[in-house]
Amino acid sequence: MSIVANKPEPLLYEMSNPGTVGYSLPECDVPMTQLPSDLLRSELNLPEVGEVDVVRHFTRLSQKNYCVDLGIYPLGSCTMKYNPKVNEEAIRLAGFSQVHPMQPAETAQGAMQLMYELQEYLGAISGLPGVTLQPAAGAQGELTGVLVIRAYHLARGDTARSEILIPDSAHGTNPATSAMAGYQVVQVKSDARGNMDSEDLRAKVSNKTAGIMFTNPNTLGLFEEHVRAVNQILHDAGGLVYGDGANLNAIVGVARPGDLGFDVIHSNLHKTFSVPHGGGGPGSGPVMVRPDLAQFLPSPVVAQEGETYVFKNPAHSIGRIKSFWGNFLAIVRAYVYIRSFGKEHLQEIAQDSVLNANYLLALIRDVYDPQVPERVCKHEFVLNGTRFKKEYGVNTLDVAKRIIDYGYYPPTIYFPLIVPECLMIEPTETQSKASLDEFAAALRQIAEEARANPQLLHDAPHDTPVTRLDDVKAAREPVLRYKHL
Amino acid sequence: MSHRFIPLTDADRAAMLQRIGVNSVSDLFADVPRDAQYPEINLPSALSELDMLRTLHDIANRNAHASEYAFFLGAGAYNHFVPATVPHLIFRSEFFTAYTPYQPEISQGTLQTIFEYQSMICDLTGLDAANASHYDAATAAAEAAVMAINSVKNGRKIIVSPTLHPHYRATMRTYLEGQKIPIVGDEDTALSLDAVLDQHLDNNTAGVLVANPDFLGNVRDLKPIADRVHAAGALFIVSTYPIALGMYQPPSAYDADIVIGEGQSLGNALGFGGPYLGIFACKEKYLRRMAGRLIGQTTDTKGRRGFVLTLQAREQHIRREKATSNICTNEALNALAACVYMATMGKQGLRQVAELCYQKAHYAAREISESRQLRELGYRVVNCDSANRFEFFNEFVVECPKSVAEINRALAKQKIIGGYDLAQEYPHLKNGMLIAVTEMNTREQIDALVNALRES
Repeated sequence: MSIVANKPEPLLYEMSNPGTVGYSLPECDVPMTQLPSDLLRSELNLPEVGEVDVVRHFTRLSQKNYCVDLGIYPLGSCTMKYNPKVNEEAIRLAGFSQVHPMQPAETAQGAMQLMYELQEYLGAISGLPGVTLQPAAGAQGELTGVLVIRAYHLARGDTARSEILIPDSAHGTNPATSAMAGYQVVQVKSDARGNMDSEDLRAKVSNKTAGIMFTNPNTLGLFEEHVRAVNQILHDAGGLVYGDGANLNAIVGVARPGDLGFDVIHSNLHKTFSVPHGGGGPGSGPVMVRPDLAQFLPSPVVAQEGETYVFKNPAHSIGRIKSFWGNFLAIVRAYVYIRSFGKEHLQEIAQDSVLNANYLLALIRDVYDPQVPERVCKHEFVLNGTRFKKEYGVNTLDVAKRIIDYGYYPPTIYFPLIVPECLMIEPTETQSKASLDEFAAALRQIAEEARANPQLLHDAPHDTPVTRLDDVKAAREPVLRYKHL
Repeated sequence: MSHRFIPLTDADRAAMLQRIGVNSVSDLFADVPRDAQYPEINLPSALSELDMLRTLHDIANRNAHASEYAFFLGAGAYNHFVPATVPHLIFRSEFFTAYTPYQPEISQGTLQTIFEYQSMICDLTGLDAANASHYDAATAAAEAAVMAINSVKNGRKIIVSPTLHPHYRATMRTYLEGQKIPIVGDEDTALSLDAVLDQHLDNNTAGVLVANPDFLGNVRDLKPIADRVHAAGALFIVSTYPIALGMYQPPSAYDADIVIGEGQSLGNALGFGGPYLGIFACKEKYLRRMAGRLIGQTTDTKGRRGFVLTLQAREQHIRREKATSNICTNEALNALAACVYMATMGKQGLRQVAELCYQKAHYAAREISESRQLRELGYRVVNCDSANRFEFFNEFVVECPKSVAEINRALAKQKIIGGYDLAQEYPHLKNGMLIAVTEMNTREQIDALVNALRES
């Protein structure tokens, strides 16, 4: 098939054959009126292609993509687990897919029941019972959470808090979110064991601190060993603790953020709860808060009144964060996933994701360099590529591109920013032992190639629809659309 | 017994633990506070696939849906025809189980489709550049406001039209609250746009956001408004309904600087409100202040055309707290649906959908407006210009003799989902009902609605 996949595919515009159509619609069945001629457009330059051309074009393009259904997709911090097919059966039911968000609540009780129950499940799983399903993605969950923290301080008349603390290992969304919410970002250093540097933390926390945002396990794949002490320091200073739930997969069912001192967290339904990533979205990022913060959640949330489900606005809501109620079809998938595991199996997700990550690390740790070798990792681990660069002249990008030649998607690279030349690998629990053995064998082979034949890595990938692309040119002379002749 | 989504046996686990060099899984969690481990979590028991599907059918059956009910409800989400090509293509595993195209050599499928999506949005809106999409129109509106603030010197406030979707206005307020940027203009939703500008437009205005068609269905030539806005040095931002652009002049015709819109109507399921996609396009000169993902064309080492994520220096993973936004994902699969939809419909199909919506909506409005019985009962179609000509696309307002909620309860009994209740947001319209008609509504359905109104 690579013969087909590697063939250049024209743009739809280049396939356009004026007069061809790919659609059919019924005739107009009502008496017609004059169109408003002064407001009409004269032209619309969309491509004209037949239905079969549309199908072949997008099918051929699809074959230029790697995906979870083809094999391991070890992007660290992205939790590219298998997306169960029953989820997709669920979202295609007309009673979910063809329901209008504004129809009267009494005609949408099933949808609202499902939302209410998922709110309850996420509250139970996180140990933080106030839940909103509205945020459309993790980053939007972050903004929601930080605005809740802001509303909490302001409601207490505490107006001087202007800073959010963020560890240097954090996702870029954390500082960007804090800035959007109007806060100054204060960075906290990491220590040699991959924890937050507690001296630096103590030095930076003050009565200006609104809160801290951190991911646990963090982006090094390590559990914060002093999690309760960190949270205590914040609470003693009057700040709140925001947990970035991007890495919740590592502890789901094993420990609850609410029991560890977190006040607010978000969860990416497209990571931990198996919603497919869709080529870069849609996501869904519900936010969970401790009971006294529920009054600030975005409006509305679903509540139960007797036998009826209703939309309610929390008393001191921060307002709306998007249109309608949230990414409902993502919510349905997460609901199906949680009910498919149930209370009996939920913790196996975390246990096996951590087991798989440590096993994969054990298989390659003699040829690659773990960033913090002395610790057990959680669901992912970070390798430091400095030695490869120094000894073989091979950088992490070369290693990543060579992984493609072996038929796999490369891990996350050059993130977190605190580790030079890093590779961040997250296998997830949905890999078999045999598939990890195979992937590890490929990584070992590549390490050997780096030593013996570095040019092979510099030139990689070799058998793909395109070779390495010129990013500088793309940014310097942006071509962002098809230009009509 | 192993769970079906985890392909490991106990024998595998034992061998793996041995290789790692630990005795048990609990050794892997030794750094998690012992007393916090394995709390009682109140969840239902696991369901087999068959039992799960039975449960889902029961839940879904409690919802009225568009295969069984005639829908006359819009208000930002529309029941349009989705050609079979759309679900078949977007649910190919290679698209929907991939992620952000970080490694372009094995992501050209996603990259090229988004490039095509961006191109089509440019053609539809008439603007120079479009991004890969935002979460929805409401968040696109908020991002447009931020962009205007960052682009206009002395820009310290945003004016919104009272007939911009209430959810978009609310979302903008939430987004801009932290940065203390006031959103003004919709305090009195009865005011005309010209009156709003008289009151608020000045040299400190960063942007003016107007919907066309507006929330109440009206369409107009916005050139005079654009001229006023530009004369004050502000950006003119237009929120649009992409299906309407199948026939109406694009916002570039009246000199919009930024165009946003709800892309749901382009091939995406109603899905009780999401996921949808926010359309976002702008003039070239504002490109580098745009938020969100952009795909650009370039060449590979052999000179072949290829596509990459580009202009990433604007984004959070590079710029962190100095980024244009915290947005990380886009709504790629929804943008793909929009792309396949526009490819299937083509320029002729999009025009025909728009005209069908227009004709059917105008027929419905005429039937209501010309019915003596309905007039005597107190029903009145509001959307008329001075020549008493209907000047709306596919949505119009009917003033009703009693509460819309009450009417809608009666309609639901006849398997009709009536229009949106405007009572809360537009109290000046007496029992206002916002009725939407699309190509999905047959003449029979429209006649049934008119009859049901007579009887309700």
